Order: sequence, then structure tokens, then C-alpha cells
Amino acid sequence: MSDQEISFERVFDAPPETVFRAFTDPDLVARWWAGDGEKLTVEALDPTAGGSWRFVNTGADGVGTAFYGVYHSVAPERIVQTFEYGGFPGIVLLETLTFDDLGDGRTRFTDSSVFPASAADAYGGGGGATESMDRLAALLATL
Amino acid sequence: MADLDVTFAALADPVRRAIITRLSAGEATVNELAEPFPISLQAVSKHLKVLERAGLITRGRDAQRRPCRLRTEPLTETADWIAAHRRRTEDRYDRLERMLAGEKEQR
Repeated sequence: MSDQEISFERVFDAPPETVFRAFTDPDLVARWWAGDGEKLTVEALDPTAGGSWRFVNTGADGVGTAFYGVYHSVAPERIVQTFEYGGFPGIVLLETLTFDDLGDGRTRFTDSSVFPASAADAYGGGGGATESMDRLAALLATL
Repeated sequence: MADLDVTFAALADPVRRAIITRLSAGEATVNELAEPFPISLQAVSKHLKVLERAGLITRGRDAQRRPCRLRTEPLTETADWIAAHRRRTEDRYDRLERMLAGEKEQR
């Protein structure tokens, strides 16, 4: 796994349509997004291309943290969206969620996020990028 | 933690990542850092300025040698941020799993 990608994978005991609804139905989202002792308010959830989403997670101390983004594309088997924390505005992840039908009432779900590279990547660095990322990963592992 | 976005932007360039890797092996002068790259010394200096502004390197005050040295704190913060995000997200999907299992029992 490279340093600029964060991935998760789960197999859920539910069909893909149900898992998809868990992400796109505001009433369902509120039931699992927030942690124990936290309350989730869904301020926006428009699961269409260009639609926005915004969840505010309020802790026991009353402090709310916003999570928000824009849907790039929404299909039953894949959602692509941006993801941003209110706590660190400016760090925008591009997140891809996939819902694969395992055929037996279960779903393989993946969540893969990348950090967008700087627009000033002007030195034709595509070729060396993977090697550099491996070296950075090794460096970070030692810290 | 406020400048994590600056750190990410600084690390998003392959030349700068290579410089960081070289400095992880020990301090180096600007000339030594520029040696492996087919770009001008001036261009390398620009990269060093970005890394210095992001707090990732310090540049020595020795005018002749001006050795550059890696600072590990921002990289540690970046790694910590990623680790915290990963933990929060795993917890979130644990809750989703429990909710879906609970729903199934009701079907």
C-alpha cells in the first residue's frame, strides 16, 4: 500500500442494495456513522453527481465536527466522492466506495481514498513516483 | 497539526520526496542534494524552500556549506493523522457491520 492511498475492505452480511442504502439513506447513515456517545446530524445528503453531503458529528462535550464533500458519481456498485474533515480543511480525499455482489446475500465492500497530488507536479515525475513512494513508505515506517 | 495540508502539498512532488529520502540518511549540502537530478540548482533550491516552509527541513547557518537536515516532526504528524483517520474509519465500519447484522435478524 502506498502512502498516498488508504484502503479498507469488508464483507458485509447483507446484499449490495442494502449496503448502498446504508450510505445514501440519511436515517440509516445516522445510525452507524457517529461513535458511541456521539450524535450525527445529516445536514445534506444528495447522492447524485455533483450533489453534496455534510454530516455533523457532535460529541458528548457538545462540540460538533463537520465531515463533508461532493459526490462525483453515484451508481449502485460504486460511489466516488470527496471527503473533507472540518478539523483539517484543505485536506481533501478522493474516496471510492464499491459494493460487489458476492451472490449469496453478502457484499464485498471497499473504501479506497487517495490524497490528490500537487498541481505543481511539473517535473514529469510520473516514472519515478512509485519508487519514491515506496521509499517514503519505508521512511515513515521507521518514525 | 494545523499545517498538515502544507506538509501533504510539500510531499506531493517526487523530487521533494527524493530529497527527503536522501536527508533521512543524513544531512547534505544543496549541491549534494542537487547532484542526482537533471534540473538546475535554482530549481532544486526552490524545492528546498518549499520543504523548509513546510517545516520538513532545516538549513544550516554555515554560509559556505548550508547543510540541510531533515525534521521528523511533520512527517510523524502526517503519519499520525493517517493512523487516526484509519482507526476512526475502521471503527465506523465496525458499527456499520453491527447495524447490518442487526437488520438481518429482523428480516
